[in-house]
Amino acid sequence: MNLIELQAIYKTYHVGEIDVPVLKGISLSVDQGEFVALMGASGSGKSTLMNILGCLDRPTSGRYFFEGREISTLSADDRALLRNHKIGFVFQNFNLLPRTTVLENVILPLTYTNEPITDREAKHRAMELIKRVGLADRAHHEPSQLSGGQQQRVAIARALINRPSLLLADEPTGNLDSHTSQEVLAMFEQLNHEKGITIILVTHDPNVARHAKRIIYISDGVIGNSDFRPSDSGRVAI
Amino acid sequence: MKFFRVLRTIRTALKALRRNPLRASLTALGIIIGVAAVIVMMEIGRGSSVTIQRTIANMGANNLLVMSGTAASGGVTFGAGTVMTLTPEDAAAILKECPAVRSAAPIVRARTQVIYENKNWVPVFIYGTTPDYLIVREWTTMAQGEMFTESDVRNANKVCVIGQTLVRELFNGQSPVGKEVRVKNISFKVVGVLSSKGANMMGMDQDDILLAPWTTIKYRVTGSSATTANQSASTSGSSEVNTLNNLYPNTTLSLYPEKSATQQADTPLPVRFTNIDQILASAKSFQEIPLAIRQITQLLRERHRLQTHEPDDFNIRDMTEMSKTLSSTSSLMTNLLLSVALISLIVGGVGIMNIMLVSVTERTREIGLRMAIGARGRDILRQFLVEAVVMCLTGGAIGILLGQGISKLITFMLRWPTETSLAAIISSVLVSASVGIIFGFYPAWKASRLDPIEALRYE
Ligand SMILES: Nc1ncnc2c1ncn2[C@@H]1O[C@H](COP(=O)(O)OP(=O)(O)OP(=O)(O)O)[C@@H](O)[C@H]1O
Ligand SMILES: [Mg+2]
Repeated sequence: MNLIELQAIYKTYHVGEIDVPVLKGISLSVDQGEFVALMGASGSGKSTLMNILGCLDRPTSGRYFFEGREISTLSADDRALLRNHKIGFVFQNFNLLPRTTVLENVILPLTYTNEPITDREAKHRAMELIKRVGLADRAHHEPSQLSGGQQQRVAIARALINRPSLLLADEPTGNLDSHTSQEVLAMFEQLNHEKGITIILVTHDPNVARHAKRIIYISDGVIGNSDFRPSDSGRVAI
Repeated sequence: MKFFRVLRTIRTALKALRRNPLRASLTALGIIIGVAAVIVMMEIGRGSSVTIQRTIANMGANNLLVMSGTAASGGVTFGAGTVMTLTPEDAAAILKECPAVRSAAPIVRARTQVIYENKNWVPVFIYGTTPDYLIVREWTTMAQGEMFTESDVRNANKVCVIGQTLVRELFNGQSPVGKEVRVKNISFKVVGVLSSKGANMMGMDQDDILLAPWTTIKYRVTGSSATTANQSASTSGSSEVNTLNNLYPNTTLSLYPEKSATQQADTPLPVRFTNIDQILASAKSFQEIPLAIRQITQLLRERHRLQTHEPDDFNIRDMTEMSKTLSSTSSLMTNLLLSVALISLIVGGVGIMNIMLVSVTERTREIGLRMAIGARGRDILRQFLVEAVVMCLTGGAIGILLGQGISKLITFMLRWPTETSLAAIISSVLVSASVGIIFGFYPAWKASRLDPIEALRYE
């Protein structure tokens, strides 16, 4: 089943009098359980596309189906609910709450869930994830006391707390050293493999993209022609 | 599930407040001052209005004067009280059967000279009554001695109590208790001196008074109070002024066969059927005056066997108009002060709104992030509203304590009367909560309308 289906998505920003077209007709479908890497030059519109996929932003035109439901027909509240329950988003610039501990940052999405979850359960679940991203000893630190890579891992933990069916990660390894970056990717692969979570990640690094089962190139607002599936081994020959 | 969400939102709001305690407390200060001002004003206002009401009651505003009806002959009416229709039993019945009446006393009036040694004085009031008179007038504290008793009334004893003015005029300041004064050649033993009461609402000196058992005044002094009340019967107004006139029998109008002086002194008349001039009654409270008037009217009409078409043979006077004027002056002042205090509360509310607007702008990115991870507009609205209301309510609670403290201090330092008012406390809690909601709503609504992606990009 198609988890995501994009039909002729256009996105044009308006800066004063000038129109800035960023996405120019993107059609794309992603199946449940896929692991997709999104690549392209800086400024090509990857983050813009991710925002649309994450139901944060709305396309200027075109249709976006998530689990068969067309997003533009949903109310703002329903989209909020969808973001909370189905989508985990790792922002390019982390967006952690300042002056708030790692633990509280990770718990944050549970504030807005409809699940009747107790404080203890919430804390327990958050600690599990914090341990998993290797920050158990930093649970009570504030973001300003963490390195860029550590902040990134907090953002990943936060994206996973609600057990989303889709994980969107905008350059999740951009600030990580190769070792940590391998760990994060291994975690993604594991999530994808064991839990069947669909993952779409943006990267500039072909070594990172290699972990994905499919790479989508985006250039100048359209999907590039080199859209191919790597071999079963997950290795990509470039 | 919803409940969980609301609870978590409230906790989020509290956390946000705790993160910036100085700002939160400075913001709440506006509310604290406003609520404290309201409380102080209300308590001072209530204190003074209670005092004024007490003063009014002291001046006889709760009192009802039941007077006999009008005499009319040949189309000439002689004014209220010219026909004697009231009996002492009426007074007793009013006290017993009208629930809105607190006390009642019969009154027999006289106007004549009072003589002590070589001084004489004509008091404004010479009242024959019962000890209840002082209860009606709320005048139970005596300066010296005691009030005469019920048995004095029954036996028509020649005792009296006098007001401060008489003490000044007749006794030159020495103690009158135990001395004898003469009223129409009858000696009255002074058994007590009333405390000072000052002028009444008409400006009449209430201390210029002599009280004696009504039986004594009725049977021993006036014979019939028609001499004073019924001008048609009284031939000369000056006849009472000179006590020597008593020597001539033509002025005395007696209902009963004359007795010799010795007879009269030895056997006071049995009280069987007689009339009195007025009944003075007091209502249970200021508010119950109209009710008391209705009850008395009904009772007296029954007792006097009046047919429905017959007019009342008595009339009832009260002081409502006058006391209303007095108490409305005090409530006007209270309301004025209260509106000033309310304005300061509104200023406090504007302060809250200001801070909340700044806080929303400052936390735009946080709002964007919260929305990105699933907060709905109404969650954000709730969060900011709760912040504002919590600030207002905390400020309100502190303001109530502060206001109470200040009003206690005012009572202590300035001796102004204050009165704790539950209504003031409840209303300031309600007002501060509504200030929070009203002035917190706009900023919260603004926050809830943010677009997540734009809020996230906000620098
Ligand atoms: N809010 C906006 N208003 C106007 N133009 C915008 C806005 N957001 C993005 N753009 C423009 O859209 C284009 C694509 O931006 P986007 O952030 O999607 O790039 P990207 O592919 O994610 O680049 P990078 O790899 O550097 O993150 C850029 O040229 C940028 O200037
Ligand atoms: Mg980007």
